[in-house]
Amino acid sequence: MRNYEVTFIVDPTLSSDEIKSAAKKYVDTVKGAGKIVHIDEMGLRQLAYPIKRRNTGIYYCVEFEVENGEVIPGLELAMTRDDAILRFLSVRLDKHGVKYNEDKRAGKIGKIVKKKKKEEEPQNKRKGKPRGNSNNNKRKSNDNSSAAKPKAPDTEAKA
Amino acid sequence: MATREVIKFLSNPKIGGKRDKYCRFRKFGIKHIDYKDADFLEQFVNEQGKVLPRRITGNSLKYQRRVSTAIKRARHLALMPYVTDLLK
Repeated sequence: MRNYEVTFIVDPTLSSDEIKSAAKKYVDTVKGAGKIVHIDEMGLRQLAYPIKRRNTGIYYCVEFEVENGEVIPGLELAMTRDDAILRFLSVRLDKHGVKYNEDKRAGKIGKIVKKKKKEEEPQNKRKGKPRGNSNNNKRKSNDNSSAAKPKAPDTEAKA
Repeated sequence: MATREVIKFLSNPKIGGKRDKYCRFRKFGIKHIDYKDADFLEQFVNEQGKVLPRRITGNSLKYQRRVSTAIKRARHLALMPYVTDLLK
């Protein structure tokens, strides 16, 4: 069994029905070949740069499990030919990727603002894989306390 | 006039310090880097959107490679810019 993730951007200027049907078409293609794990509708987002003169796009991310990757070339070809699809990317997920997505769906990996993110994410990960990490933490516990301090005193002293 | 306060932040403040660098992925046991999480990846690029070198981020080679792959994927999907100014 292999896990894949296909992310694609649909043209936002289409009507909402057309957008839905465009997305559904590819979801159905995948469904015919294997099992859908999750469909993430990321919604309308600002593009970092214009694609086909569009500045926004509707993002979809489909995660699925198939026996082998035979669906992918057909799917990609269809997407390339489709004018409604601005961009797409298909990626094979390894076991860590699958686990990450599961955790994300369970809300263990949060969208955290700036600084906090670094601390929250690792804690969740640590829970999942306690074996290799416990050593790491022990060894580097000294570093941790000193590094965790804010850099403010450091810069102040220099100034 | 650029005061001392301003000059302090013109370069990466981490460069001057003698703090120990470490690979945050190894340290915290992060195994997978999500290309869709542009906010997270932004920590590994400079203001122009270029990937920061390991010498600054402290990533191990394995995770530096993965970070750069993730950034490239994010760029392809227009989640991050290829070239820009004043990203941060």
